[in-house]
Amino acid sequence: MAEQQTNGITADSPGAAPARDPLSSVAIRQIALLAIAATVGFVLLMAALSWASDLTSSSTTSVGAIDVETGTITLSLTQEPPQLDSTRLTDSVSGMILGHVMEGLLRYDINNQLAPGVAERWDIRTDGATFWLREEARWSDGEPVTAHDFVFAWQTAVDPATASQYAFIFYVFKNAEAINRGELPRETLGARAVGDLELEIEFERPVAYFDKLVAFQTYYPIREDFYLSRDGRYAADAVDLLYNGPFEITVWVHGAHVRLEKNEHYWNRDEISLNVIDFPYITADGNAALNLYRDGQIAVVNGLGAESLDQVLAERWPVRRYSDGSVWFFQINHREEHPTSNYNLRKALQLVNDPGELVYKVIQIPGYTPGESLFPTWLNGQNGLFRQEYPAPTVTPNVALAREHLEQAKRELGVDEIPPIVLLADDTPGASKQAEYYQNRLMQTLGLDIRIDKQIFRQRLAKAEAGEFDLALYGWGPDFDDPLTFGDLFASWNLNNHGEYANADLDAQVRIAQESTDQATRMAAFGRIQEILIEDVAIIPNYERGVLYIQDPRLRGVGRRVVGPDPDYSRAHIVAD
Amino acid sequence: MFRYTVKRLIQGVITVWFIATATFIAMHSVPGDPLSGERLTNEEIRANLEARYGLDRPLFEQYLIYMGNMTRGDFGISFTQQNRRVNDIIREHFPVSATLGILAVVFAALGGILWGALTALFRNRLPDVVIMFLVILGISVPSFVVAGLSQLGLTSLNALFGVSILPVAGWGTLLHMIVPSLVLGLGTMAFLTRLMRSSMLEIINADFVRTARSKGLPPTRIFLKHQLRNAILPVITVLGPAIAAITTGGFVVELVFAIPGLGRYFVQAVQQLDYTVIMGTTVFYGAFLVFMVILVDLVYGFIDPRVRLE
Repeated sequence: MAEQQTNGITADSPGAAPARDPLSSVAIRQIALLAIAATVGFVLLMAALSWASDLTSSSTTSVGAIDVETGTITLSLTQEPPQLDSTRLTDSVSGMILGHVMEGLLRYDINNQLAPGVAERWDIRTDGATFWLREEARWSDGEPVTAHDFVFAWQTAVDPATASQYAFIFYVFKNAEAINRGELPRETLGARAVGDLELEIEFERPVAYFDKLVAFQTYYPIREDFYLSRDGRYAADAVDLLYNGPFEITVWVHGAHVRLEKNEHYWNRDEISLNVIDFPYITADGNAALNLYRDGQIAVVNGLGAESLDQVLAERWPVRRYSDGSVWFFQINHREEHPTSNYNLRKALQLVNDPGELVYKVIQIPGYTPGESLFPTWLNGQNGLFRQEYPAPTVTPNVALAREHLEQAKRELGVDEIPPIVLLADDTPGASKQAEYYQNRLMQTLGLDIRIDKQIFRQRLAKAEAGEFDLALYGWGPDFDDPLTFGDLFASWNLNNHGEYANADLDAQVRIAQESTDQATRMAAFGRIQEILIEDVAIIPNYERGVLYIQDPRLRGVGRRVVGPDPDYSRAHIVAD
Repeated sequence: MFRYTVKRLIQGVITVWFIATATFIAMHSVPGDPLSGERLTNEEIRANLEARYGLDRPLFEQYLIYMGNMTRGDFGISFTQQNRRVNDIIREHFPVSATLGILAVVFAALGGILWGALTALFRNRLPDVVIMFLVILGISVPSFVVAGLSQLGLTSLNALFGVSILPVAGWGTLLHMIVPSLVLGLGTMAFLTRLMRSSMLEIINADFVRTARSKGLPPTRIFLKHQLRNAILPVITVLGPAIAAITTGGFVVELVFAIPGLGRYFVQAVQQLDYTVIMGTTVFYGAFLVFMVILVDLVYGFIDPRVRLE
């Protein structure tokens, strides 16, 4: 009885009571039983789910980063390839994948020199070109690759119905621009097949760098009957593509897994050593990639950030670097209503800009180099590197002189203080860091009020196109291996000239560079363009971007390049350790 | 019961319509151009692209067309992956998110109920303090930290044993699911533990429990029939929305563990202004959430006979 009394009393003050009472010990036993039952149920459920997940994916049986026996390397992708239709492709991940499974007339070899692809030999004249295709080139279904396949692909690319962003890369072809504008039918394109193995091209204007254009991904062939048979789904899945490159896509589970296997029909298959290039991991998270590398699951980690660098160095993994070929600079708004249309203000900005400080103290990623010109250091000139033949005019930071120009600018603009300057930037951590650095730097040196306008990628593009900025952090990557891929960017008619910079002298030089076939004349024109851009402060160069990566030492012969598919594993091989 | 169900379903359809309309308006008010690319194209090409996506029509007409297609279950073509239908994206990726989500919810619900009941029984004593400390940690530490740390832990574990015990990332087998689902369910589990604890504390010394004891009922029966069954009701209530939240909120976990779920499309579509994917995923998830809430309300009636569905 007494015990029941106690129970009754403590029930009103629920503190320690349950523990003393037999209820709680039984309850705990019950909980334990429940927990066991739950665990069993959990495991059963997982088994069921595992079966279900088999239905939704290809099971990834891990063989590790490198498997010598089967000639397999395993890698990760930063994103699902968004577009494997060569006529519409714009991004680098799709470009990398497609570069392994397709081959154009020409291609870049491991030393980044042009090499014959489907074309055996070729002849480029001022009014056109002829390509002779190799007889043994085959599609992955065993059919021969013919000149018709190229003509069909190119007509499709310039057809306005395709709406390709890269249609402009064909504008050197006769009638291409008119077709793209919908003024002529696609059959009038200046490219025709003479028989199955000869391709005849007519130019709109002489073009000195046509061989380099031909290696571009939009120039890959597409076979007409196959394209039409897919009924609008061409390149939507692995079975909706036909391959003529060293590999073919055998598995493509969207968002999850891409697997490339050696194409036994490839004409140059003896040169290919790897059997399988497997991408079973797709994630944009750099740390996840590092963890996979640490766990021995992938062979390469690309694009290490400044944060992961310490970690990587601590692990003593050899870090490699290369330039990805892009140049980053301030686009400046030259429209009259913007203060940056004033030359002296721009000059002041140029004189306080210190790319060295930006690269070494702010960005702090080895591989980045201070920007000096719109033309990056790797570009080829007439005989050697362009920048060695035509060095960029040097600009030495000089704050005192900058202030003089600033005062002059204020007088010319008729203001006591320069109005706030809008700096347009991406919302990525890297771009934010740079924008904040410049905000601080320009405030300290010139007392300028910089308003950072941080936007997501599409919105940043839209604002740049609409001219809603004074300064914009901007980058440009090359499409083909000729200075023109940068050189015409600030021609008054170029749509990517968002600041509407217009300079008759520069326009004239761009025309010379486009139309002349004499390399000496063209390089001199580019040299002059480089000078104008700096002297007139049309842009302010910031840096050339570098990429840091780690790679399993057993993997050799991976091509890294600024133009064309990168990285290129197609000629890689495995060395046993 | 039947009338109630029909009424709720009609309400649900109106809710989904409202979600779709609000998303449509919000999406088109966001500045930026879904068709812009880094290489600018001429007007003809732009016009072609606009015609393909119907962007050349007045906004209201676009809205009507979109709603018409939606009722037929057609969400259109993605802007970023121009040869993929949004229906395919949902069909291929939602099962992955759902599989992961169900596992996470099971884990969260079981864990939450067990830990919650335990803390209530041990109120203010060591197990309670320890568990509640972990619960606060589980609620406040963001999932990208937990995900990153657990992945790092996995690599260390594998390094320790010299073989790959659990995969670090990827998808496809049972082993791939365990750690991501634990991480994904952690926040919900912590939340449910707190909920279960407070509701259990209310019940533990309620009058009917005292009556049951005084009748001399066995403690097991009291715990299961009288305490647990009453205390579990609030947990069931939040479980519906929790399932929806977990299956939609897996973006970070999917990113870190390289899982091909729908969550990443849901988030990236907004960043890339992919109109059709934004609409498709939002409406799909909205409908899913509404459906789960209705389902829970119906299940309620079975668990608690006091609730009459009218």
